[in-house]
Amino acid sequence: MKLIIAMIQPHKLPDVKKALYGAEVFKMTVTNALGCGQQKGYTETYRGVIHEVNLLKKVRLEIAVNEDFVEPTIKAIIKGSRSGKIGDGKIFVLDLPECIRIRTGERGGYAIG
Amino acid sequence: METIYASNIGIDTLWVLIAAFLVFFMQAGFGMVEAGFIRAKNACNILTKNFLDFCMASIGFFIFGYAIMFGRGNSFMGLQGWFLSGAQSAAPVPLFAFWLFQAAFCGAAATIVAGGMAERMKFSAYLVYSFIISAFIYPVVGHWIWGGGWLAKLNFIDFAGSTVVHTVGGFAALIGTIILKPRIGKYNSDKSANAIAGHNIPLASLGVFILWFGWFGFNPGSTLSVGNGNLIARVAINTNLAAASGGILAMFTIWKMFGKPDLSMAMNGALAGLVAITAPCAFIDPWAAITIGIVAGIIVVLGVVLLDRLNIDDPVGAVSVHGINGVWGTLAIGLFGKQALGLANNGLFYGGGLKQLGVQLLGVTAVIIFILITMGIVFKLIDATIGLRVSREEELRGLDIGEHGMESYAGFQVFVTE
Repeated sequence: MKLIIAMIQPHKLPDVKKALYGAEVFKMTVTNALGCGQQKGYTETYRGVIHEVNLLKKVRLEIAVNEDFVEPTIKAIIKGSRSGKIGDGKIFVLDLPECIRIRTGERGGYAIG
Repeated sequence: METIYASNIGIDTLWVLIAAFLVFFMQAGFGMVEAGFIRAKNACNILTKNFLDFCMASIGFFIFGYAIMFGRGNSFMGLQGWFLSGAQSAAPVPLFAFWLFQAAFCGAAATIVAGGMAERMKFSAYLVYSFIISAFIYPVVGHWIWGGGWLAKLNFIDFAGSTVVHTVGGFAALIGTIILKPRIGKYNSDKSANAIAGHNIPLASLGVFILWFGWFGFNPGSTLSVGNGNLIARVAINTNLAAASGGILAMFTIWKMFGKPDLSMAMNGALAGLVAITAPCAFIDPWAAITIGIVAGIIVVLGVVLLDRLNIDDPVGAVSVHGINGVWGTLAIGLFGKQALGLANNGLFYGGGLKQLGVQLLGVTAVIIFILITMGIVFKLIDATIGLRVSREEELRGLDIGEHGMESYAGFQVFVTE
């Protein structure tokens, strides 16, 4: 089992969701996140004053999957979020030692699916 | 000490100016309603549009609009009084007071469209549009009905603007939103609709109250004189009753159809009642005002549902509230109007037959056709030159950052999911 964490552009979320549905990945957790990578920030203007916004708004996706879904999930996230420009985001893949469905007490791969 | 009394004309001028200030304040109502009914990421954009269209309407109506609407000319348009030079007041109050009152109306017609085309229309396109409608399109219709044009000669009646203001704004919004196409994510490939919830219902509620309040200037002010007070009082009570019954009936209609008393729809119902009572308010009895409001409250809900069925995306319900109910209010004169209150013919329910109803139907149909064609051309031309719609990426990210480089709610985390 793996936990896939992706940081993407907020406005790419609809496309990523669509691509994930296409790959039959229906379960995910989505949170707002702030952060910066290579892009470092952008400028906003407020009443004529230019200021650097250092931490950018990102969306953080967390998806727990069984091994055979790892590559399709990664591909779907890239398909939905890639624009080719700086700021597209990152995907982290972590080992996931255990997963428990609270309602039934199921464990492991059954609990994820 | 000598006692000085205000002259009749002084009192009338004061009344018209107070009404003009109230109608101006409706601009704030439109702004709050539209901002509340759309997503947070576009709130700054819609408010910029609302703000600038009143500025554009003021200048456009000063340079061209008044001359076309009230200047001497032919029965299609006026041709005299550009920049108000040589212009005359069309009411027994000074020109400048009358102009301000009419300019506020003109701004209202222009701003209705912002809501129907919200969340995807380019700002620069909107600026051009708002100048054109308020300087040229709206005044032509106004001339037909209030400036002694061909519909006025046929005894077509629109007391305070169900047709002149609301049908014009509503149908301009309709053709605009059709040309603009729906927002991303509004309709699925099987044609079913998704809800794109408004981000601030308290703000929208405040907007509806402001509009209702402003309508006490819009309708009663259209008397243009105080007189013995009878007419103002009649118009004011009718205005209030139609709004109330519209709100109640829209609430019950949506409750029955979808299981919950949706506040946003109840408020649309009150606005629908106000739009519908605008034309007939001076010529009817209070029971008729309640009836007109009841019908308005029902058809506004059906209109919203119908537009979604047709996949016409109107984010704030502008077409149902202003377009469809503008038509209903205009026709209502032919049903409930009374000769004893100053109409040329009794309405259908007072034994006057179909004469007045026929004239009303002819007039409102002509206005709709005129608006659909002229505004259709205007929007198509804007689309071909500066472009009508923002890019897909900008729409998804929000027009606040894309168009204006600033957020409406800096410091808050706005969660964009669609």
